[in-house]
Amino acid sequence: MRKNGFARYALIETLHTVQSSFGYLDDDAIRFVARSLRVPLSQAYGVVTFYHYFSLKPPGKHTLTVCAGTACYIKGADKLIAAAEKRLGIAKGQTTADGNISLMEARCVGACSRAPVALCDGEVAGEVSEEQVLAQLERWAVA
Amino acid sequence: MNIEELEQIAESVRQENAKYDYEVNVCMDLACASQGAGQLREALAKAAEASGKKVLVRRTGCMGPCSSGPLVRVDPQDALYHHVKADRAGAIVSSLGGAPVPDLQCDLNEHFESQVRVVLENAGHIDPEKIDDYIARDGYKALLTALTEMTPNAVVQQITESGLRGRGGGGYPTGLKWGTVAKASGDLKYVVCNGDEGDPGAFMDRSVMEGDPHRVIEGMALAAYAVGASKGFIYVRAEYPIAVARLTAGLRDARRRGLLGNNICGTPFGFDIEIRLGAGAFVCGEETALLASIEGRRGTPKPRPPYPAVSGLFGKPTLINNVETFANIAPIVRNGGKWFSGMGSERSKGTKVFALTGKITHTGLVEVPMGISLRKIIEGIGGGVPGGHTFKAVQTGGPSGGCIPAEMLDVGVSYDALVKMGSIMGSGGMIVMDDTSCMVNVARFFIEFCMSESCGKCIPCRAGTAQMFNLLTRICHGQGTMSDLELLEELCDTIKETSLCGLGMTAPNPVLSTLKYFKNEYLEHIERKRCPAGVCNIEVPVEVLA
Repeated sequence: MRKNGFARYALIETLHTVQSSFGYLDDDAIRFVARSLRVPLSQAYGVVTFYHYFSLKPPGKHTLTVCAGTACYIKGADKLIAAAEKRLGIAKGQTTADGNISLMEARCVGACSRAPVALCDGEVAGEVSEEQVLAQLERWAVA
Repeated sequence: MNIEELEQIAESVRQENAKYDYEVNVCMDLACASQGAGQLREALAKAAEASGKKVLVRRTGCMGPCSSGPLVRVDPQDALYHHVKADRAGAIVSSLGGAPVPDLQCDLNEHFESQVRVVLENAGHIDPEKIDDYIARDGYKALLTALTEMTPNAVVQQITESGLRGRGGGGYPTGLKWGTVAKASGDLKYVVCNGDEGDPGAFMDRSVMEGDPHRVIEGMALAAYAVGASKGFIYVRAEYPIAVARLTAGLRDARRRGLLGNNICGTPFGFDIEIRLGAGAFVCGEETALLASIEGRRGTPKPRPPYPAVSGLFGKPTLINNVETFANIAPIVRNGGKWFSGMGSERSKGTKVFALTGKITHTGLVEVPMGISLRKIIEGIGGGVPGGHTFKAVQTGGPSGGCIPAEMLDVGVSYDALVKMGSIMGSGGMIVMDDTSCMVNVARFFIEFCMSESCGKCIPCRAGTAQMFNLLTRICHGQGTMSDLELLEELCDTIKETSLCGLGMTAPNPVLSTLKYFKNEYLEHIERKRCPAGVCNIEVPVEVLA
C-alpha cells in the first residue's frame, strides 16, 4: 500500500499483494484494505467478487488447475476435469474435506500450443493425459 | 542518451558477441519451458564450458513452432533443432564448427517461408531481459529519431500513412485514434496498453510482452510523444506472471538508460509507465471496462461516447491500444509508413500474428502478411490436420468470433473479409477443429464462457446469454425442439442489437456462424437425437418392454 502511496486506485494492486501473501482474502483482510485505502467496503467487496482471480476461500495444500481455454477444451480438457472430479469426489472450484487438494479451472494460461494444459502447484505441464492427472493426484494424496 | 550513445551501446554488444564463435539460442517460452527448456539451457551451458569452445548460450523468447519444442537455434550455422532433450546438449555442442546434428534438425522450411516477421522480428534473437540486446537490433532508435528530428504531428502522420489498424480486434485505424487524442485539449493525457489478453486460445500478446518487452515500451513512448501524454499504464493479466516480471525489469532498465523519465534524450519530453494487474475478467479487454479496472473499480463498461480519446482514465484524454499495435509502432517510425502499407491487402495493411492451436500439426505463433488465404495458413504453415482426420472448421476471434467452414478457406485474411464471413479478426487466435468436434457443443462452450464473463451491467447480455446457454444445453442433450432453434435465433438478434458493449454485441457470433454453416448438426441433434461427432452425451430413450 505504501508503494502506491495509499492511492485509492491501487485497490486491485493491494488485494493482489494480500492474496499472494495469505493465499486468499478473508473478511478481515478485505476490511483492513478498504479502511486503509479509504475505499467503501462495498466497493472493495464488489471488486473481490467481480474478478475471478480473487478467492474468498483458503486453498488446499496442493492445487491442480486445469486450463479451460478454447484450445484446451477442443483437446479434451473437460475430460481431465471430469476425471479429477470423480477421483477427488469434489466439483471444480472446491477443496477436498481434508484441505489437501484444490481443483481449479483456469481461463487460459496462454500455453495453448501445448493443449490441454494443467498447472500442478503452479508448474505448467503441457499435453496432459487423464492418466497423468490421476497419477499426480495419487502422489499428492500420499504425501 | 542520444543517437551516438545508442550506437555505442549497440556496437559494444556486437563486440561482446563477436568474442564468441557460436551462438546457441534456447527458446524459454512457456511452451518450451513446460518441456524442460530450463534444464536444457543449463546442460548446454555446462557442455559449452567443458568443450572449451567460445559459445554464447542465450535464452530467448518464443521462436514460433511451439509443438516442436524445446527449440534450439544455432548461429552462424543457422540450424534449428526441435524436440531437444537435456541429454542431447553434448551432441549439439560438439557439432559446432562441423555439420549440424542430423536427427535433431527439423524441416520447417515451409513453415517459415510464407511468414513475414515484423512484430516477431526479434523473437528468438534477443535475451528479453537485456535492454542492450534490443538496442543492438535497432531498438529505441525510432524513439530517439522521433524526439530529435520529428514533430509529434509527423509521427501521427507516419502512423496514418502506414494504414495500421488496431490489432486488438475491432480494427479501428490507429492513426485516426492518435490524431483524435492529439487534438483533445487538456494538460494531462494518458497512454494505456491493453495487455489483457482474455481471448482463450490466443497468446501472441503474452509472447511479445515476455519475449520482447522493450518493443512495447518503445511503442508506448512514441505514442506518448505523438499525442502529448506524460504517463502510461500497461494493463496485464495476472495469469501472465512472467510477462509482468519481464515488463517490470524492462521498465527499470529503460529508466536507468534514460529512455523513460524526465527529459528523455535531453528534450523537454518526459514519460513514464506503470504496470497494472488484471484479475481475471474477460470484459476488461473492453476499453472502458479496462479503464475502470485501472482506477481500481469493478470492470464494467460505460456507454460511449464520450470515447476514451476525449474522456478516459480519471476523466482525461486517453489513448488505448493493444500490445501488438504498440509492437508495430517502432518499425513503422523507423522504416516509414509507406514501407508498412506496402504489405498486406488493400484495406488491411501490414502483418498479423496468429496463434495456431487446436487440431493442427504445427501449433504455435505465426506472423503473415494480411490477405494471405486461410488455407495457406492452416495447410501450408500449420501443416494441416494430423492423425488422418478431416478439417471441419477454424474458429477465429475467440468467444466473440465465429467458425469458418472448409469451403471458405480460400478467402484472404483481413478485417473486412472475416466480418463478412460472420467472424472477426479478434486478437488473432485460430483454433482448428476436425471431425471429432461437435459444433453445437463448441457454440455451447463459448456461450457458457460469455455467460460467466458477462459483467451483469446490461440485461440483454446478462440474461440473454444465460437463456442461450439453457437452450443450447437442451439441444446438446437431445431434448431440443425446432421452436428452441427459432427462439435461439431470435435471442441472438436481440442480444446483438441491444447490448451495451462489445462483449454482448459479439457474444452470439459463435452461435450465428455455426447456425449458418453447420445447421445440419443442429438438426441432427434435434430431429434424430444424435451427435454426428459423437461428443454430446445424448441419452436415447429406452423403450420399456412390457
